Amino acid sequence: MLWVGFALSLLAFVSYFSFFVQFPWTRNFPWANLLLFALAAGLLAMGMRRAFRLPEQYRGKFVGSILAGLSVLILGLFVFSIFIGGRRMPASAAAPHVGAKAPDFTLTDTDNKTVSLASLLTEPVHGAAPKGVMLVFYRGYW
Amino acid sequence: MRVVAISVDPAETTRNFTHKKGYSFTFLSDPKAEVIRRYDLIHAKAGPDEQDVARPAEFLLDSTGTVRWVNLTESYWVRATPEQMLQAASAVR
Repeated sequence: MLWVGFALSLLAFVSYFSFFVQFPWTRNFPWANLLLFALAAGLLAMGMRRAFRLPEQYRGKFVGSILAGLSVLILGLFVFSIFIGGRRMPASAAAPHVGAKAPDFTLTDTDNKTVSLASLLTEPVHGAAPKGVMLVFYRGYW
Repeated sequence: MRVVAISVDPAETTRNFTHKKGYSFTFLSDPKAEVIRRYDLIHAKAGPDEQDVARPAEFLLDSTGTVRWVNLTESYWVRATPEQMLQAASAVR
C-alpha cells in the first residue's frame, strides 16, 4: 500500500506534463493531478497507520516514513512548478492592446512560403474573406 | 475566422508537428523572434537551451487588423480555451 501510494504520487506528478497538459480542462487547473495526489496521500496514510498500529502484522514504519516524506516533496515540487514557476513571465506591457492596430509582419509558413499579416487579413478562408485573424503565439520547442 | 500560430520553431519542426497532429491552420516561423519582440512577447531564456521564446499570448484582430481581444495569460500553464476564443470571435463582424 505504501509503495502503491508512492508510485501514485510519482504518476500524479509526471502525468500532468506527459498527458493532462494536452487538454484545456485538465491543463488550466490541474484538478486531475491533485486528485491523484489526494489518492496517493490516502494510501500512504492508510499504509502508515497500519504499520504503526499493527507493527507485528505490517512492516513499513521506516520505509513508509521515507516514502511519505518523498511524496510530500513531489507534491511540493508540483505545486511550485504549476502555481508559482508558471507565473514567472514577462509583463508584456507594450504588447498590442484592444483598439490598437496590430503591427504588420512577414514570416514564413511551414512550406517556407512568405506570408504577411496583411495577406492573412484579406486572403479568403473557405472561399470567403476572413472576419478576422486569431494570432496565437506559443512557446514552441515541440 | 483565420487561426494563425506563431513560434520560434523552424518551419521543418513545425511541419513535422502539424502533420503528426493533423493541424490544418497556418503556422508561421519566427526563428529570430523578431515579430515576437515587436509584439513585446519575448520570454527571455525560457527555451530548453536558454533561447528567447514567445510567452503564450492570443490576439483577435478584425478584418482591418485592429486588436479586438487579447489574452495575456499570467501562467504559461493556463491558456485561452477554445470556448473563450470562439466567444471572442463571435463578437467580431
